Amino acid sequence: MTLLQVERVSKSFRGLRAVSDVSFSVDEGSILGIIGPNGAGKTTLFNVVAGMLTPDTGSVHLGGRDLTGAPPHRVSHAGMARTFQLMRPFGTMSVLENVEVAAMAAGTHRRDAARAAADVVDRVGLGKWRDARSDSLPTAGLKRLELARALAGRPRVLLLDEVLAGLLPAERNPVMELLEKLRRDDGVTLVFVEHIMAAVMRLSDSVLVLDQGRVLTSGRPEDVTRDPRVIEAYLGEEPSGAAH
Amino acid sequence: MTATALDPSPEVVALPRPAWGRHAIAAVVLGVLLIPVPLLLPQAQQAVAVRILVFALLSIGWNIMSGFGGMFSFGHAAYFGLGAYTSVWLLVEKGVSPWLGMLAGMVAAAAFGVLTGFLALRYRLKGAYFALSTFAFAEMLRLIAINSSFVNRAVGYNVPLRPQSSWAFMQFEPGSPNYFWIALALTVAALLVSIFFLRSRQGRFAVAVRDDEDAASALGIPVMRTKLLTIALSAAISSLAGAFFVQYYFFIDPDGAFGSSISIQAILPAVIGGVATIWGPFIGGVILGPLNDLTATLLRNPPAALSFLSGRAGLDVILYAVLLILIVLLLPQGVYGAIRDRLRRR
Repeated sequence: MTLLQVERVSKSFRGLRAVSDVSFSVDEGSILGIIGPNGAGKTTLFNVVAGMLTPDTGSVHLGGRDLTGAPPHRVSHAGMARTFQLMRPFGTMSVLENVEVAAMAAGTHRRDAARAAADVVDRVGLGKWRDARSDSLPTAGLKRLELARALAGRPRVLLLDEVLAGLLPAERNPVMELLEKLRRDDGVTLVFVEHIMAAVMRLSDSVLVLDQGRVLTSGRPEDVTRDPRVIEAYLGEEPSGAAH
Repeated sequence: MTATALDPSPEVVALPRPAWGRHAIAAVVLGVLLIPVPLLLPQAQQAVAVRILVFALLSIGWNIMSGFGGMFSFGHAAYFGLGAYTSVWLLVEKGVSPWLGMLAGMVAAAAFGVLTGFLALRYRLKGAYFALSTFAFAEMLRLIAINSSFVNRAVGYNVPLRPQSSWAFMQFEPGSPNYFWIALALTVAALLVSIFFLRSRQGRFAVAVRDDEDAASALGIPVMRTKLLTIALSAAISSLAGAFFVQYYFFIDPDGAFGSSISIQAILPAVIGGVATIWGPFIGGVILGPLNDLTATLLRNPPAALSFLSGRAGLDVILYAVLLILIVLLLPQGVYGAIRDRLRRR
């Protein structure tokens, strides 16, 4: 069953078309990977879906509910959470407090927020850093904190913006396992932007390729990566390159 | 409660768990310990002590909006003045008890804060521009007060003297300890409110919005509502200082209520004591009050060795300013912030 439906979304900035006529849908419990060269419009698309930008045209529906142009906190309450490519912790708070706030923002009572947060913090493997000041965490910790805050609201759909970027190869595997577990055990639907092709191939049920703001192609990961148009769009930017 | 480096990344800093309960108990204990103060001090010093409390109270309010909420206000005189004018107007024109006037002043200040805050935030004013807007709104009120016969123009109001002391009208014989006790009760209450606010869901949201507005919004926090609630609480607390001020000094005029020197007095104690800390404004007030008094006495009636300084007007203000600059330069976290960091590092 389709959970997230994005239809013919366009967004321009001063004449520059960042996203142009993009449509896609995601079934409940599935994983969609979004790839594309730098500047393809991936983050803009995320910002439109998450309500941080209002699209010029097109619509966003979650579970049949129209969220087009709804402010981010409404989108969040409707069951869609996001992470940021550049990590944005609440710097003066500890890891646990960050997640506690996220739980309360999603409607958890003040009384229960601490326990709910502690559960999530342990789940993403931040247990040993739970009392650390969040802006002092290394990248790997901040990425997990982004994930933990998004999860604290028990979202139905999770939008992940390059959650693996900046991690060492050894640090990636546990995060991917966590994402697989989220889908398997909690039925969370995932939409993720990623440059690391190994992760895209491993996690995605389907892949959407953006280039210059348009959908270049979409389909099963193994088909998409063999598509000559995709290879061409990535010329000079080897898609199977692991490093980024 | 030590800042241990957590394995394996040496830069990771541990934060102590917030001890809200202990802060609250400390505030109450402090209040109780200060009860005998007016009985021990001579009358002149008692006035200094009351003044300290009034401006600590004003600054505790400022700190909620500007410290915890991250919206720098350079116009808290607006709320102070609204507290003062609302209560004194109700008293003089309608014979309403200043206690009720205080409540009305809180409502007026909060409403004004929400309205002007909404306008500023609606047009996305941030940082220095937001601060300037608060300054402009305070100035606007000052000019309105000067020009409207409704509030006696530039003359302002005198509190009518009553034949005898009265709790209902918050008026006592000169030097009565009651003034100090009322100011103390208000200040301790404001401290408790800021502690409970900071601990509450709404307070957590305010800090989150201050730290990163977009991230807060993406997590489901309604940013505008959070900011306006923070402003309302801050304005309401600061208005109490204004309402009490009139009853204590028996007089208010537009400059004394809405002038920029009041806005500065709202900022200074928090900056000296520690912005965005629970105790900063109070500690800053306790340091500033006597300091102000000391520089004034020292330079207006200098000891024999410094007699060449006598009669030079404004030197006391310069010395006061230099001391302030030194404190800010040497203790950028404020006095309380510096002490707290020192204790944590041990």
